[in-house]
Amino acid sequence: MYSEKVMDHFTNPRNMGELPDASGVGTVGNAKCGDIMRIYLDIDDQGVIRDCKFKTFGCGAAVATSSMATELVKGKTIQEAMALTNQAVMEALDGLPPVKVHCSLLAEEAVHAALWDYAQKHGVQIPGLKPPKADIGEGEEDEEG
Amino acid sequence: MDKPIYLDNAATTPTDPAVVEAMLPWFSARYGNPSAIYSLGAQAKEGVTLAREAVAGTLNAQAREIYFTAGGTEADNWALIATAQAYAHKGRHIITSAVEHHAVLHTCQYLEKQGFSVTYVGVDDQGVIRLDELRAALRPDTILISVMFANNEIGTLQPIAQIGQIAREAGVLFHTDAVQAYGHLPIDVQALGVDLLSASGHKFRGPKGVGFLYARDGVKLPSFLHGGAQERARRAGTENVPGIVGLGAAAQLAQASMAWRAETETGLRDYLIERVEREIPHCRLNGHRTQRLPGNVNFSFRFIEGESMLIMLDQAGICASSGSACTSGSLDPSHVLLAIGLPHEIAHGSLRLTLSAENTREELDYVVDRLKEIVQRLRQMSPLYEDFCRKQERS
Repeated sequence: MYSEKVMDHFTNPRNMGELPDASGVGTVGNAKCGDIMRIYLDIDDQGVIRDCKFKTFGCGAAVATSSMATELVKGKTIQEAMALTNQAVMEALDGLPPVKVHCSLLAEEAVHAALWDYAQKHGVQIPGLKPPKADIGEGEEDEEG
Repeated sequence: MDKPIYLDNAATTPTDPAVVEAMLPWFSARYGNPSAIYSLGAQAKEGVTLAREAVAGTLNAQAREIYFTAGGTEADNWALIATAQAYAHKGRHIITSAVEHHAVLHTCQYLEKQGFSVTYVGVDDQGVIRLDELRAALRPDTILISVMFANNEIGTLQPIAQIGQIAREAGVLFHTDAVQAYGHLPIDVQALGVDLLSASGHKFRGPKGVGFLYARDGVKLPSFLHGGAQERARRAGTENVPGIVGLGAAAQLAQASMAWRAETETGLRDYLIERVEREIPHCRLNGHRTQRLPGNVNFSFRFIEGESMLIMLDQAGICASSGSACTSGSLDPSHVLLAIGLPHEIAHGSLRLTLSAENTREELDYVVDRLKEIVQRLRQMSPLYEDFCRKQERS
């Protein structure tokens, strides 16, 4: 059901991990629906994304779209990253099954959420950037099963 | 791995080679229509009759109480819709459980739209129906109780004899969807007080596309498919003779090997459960530990999602299934896992492994070894696990 590119990014995800001193971190999605994406950005003084990492809880498409999104924004300027659309992520992956299109939207939102966090922390205005929708609630899954 | 390790026997089973062998002549030399008068037709009729007798024998039923269908789903639909119609003059209330297969649940929802009212009785955290709730749900207008014999996802066995007793005392019909249990566990419809029972051929090494409905003598069973006089004029359409013969052969084989298969599968099942519980942290066994199908193992692994697990298992040559949203075609994880009280995020991380007696400990060792790696890898990728570890460090 998945393209070879999706399978490749799922099996060998690019930029998976954390950035301990990230300039911005964004987490979107919720565990209830089964998808959570977190993107870490390291942005230099010139506004260039020097490094980018992701962590994802979700299906194969969720992992692949977050992996692809990090590839697409790494080395880019903030403005270029702002222009990233879910359509571009899907095209770069040679398409997604219709039921998985929301994964690519989540990847776009995760990048924007990380940029928002960066802007907040560094007192920067990013034209066109809106605050992330609903972030995942902290302390939602506290109980140990 | 040259051939996959098949751990999805609750989805379907391979057709037994002896069953295929038994079916083959009915595609070629014995192609007659059972309704025809000449000997070629009579021969086909005889094949169907023998299969019917074989199935009846496995249930302590009579041959005329067995109606062949195109599978378990049709048998469930028929049992619910036809009896609802036939007994509507008595009442329009049906009781079922919250953990039924969709073949029953969606049929109940359909009947609700037709003006029937349905009570969905809850289950405990192991998936066993709450009998006190079931008793309390009985009303003067209740006409049918439908509770599955064994759950397809978590394997929990229901107290069928007790439900049969409750139904009998209340003067209500009792249907059980035995699709997962028939051919795997002994079923005596007399001793259990079952009035209607559904089963499916391909769940016990028979062919796909054929099943049956048992309906006790005296239960009103209106025709479901209208047309010819096949199946005592209850189910029209030329009989699927090769399929029916195959189902009969599979039923006999399953009956003969049931005891040792159940013992072998239970041993393998408990070995697999023990290794997973010992070696993979933050997991939870779903379903009842002992009152469960011999071949069923169902775990939830925290912080990870089921579909990812399935893809990685497939890449390691292992066939399994999950109750995650991604495998259900909706945003919600399995209704069964939610009914036993699992939070959504833990239900998303469920894995069902259903064994057969043909699996070996070596295979299961390979599966657990791969599963350990896969769970660990997915947890490394999981922001939920990252948050969990941070919290642990802080406290």
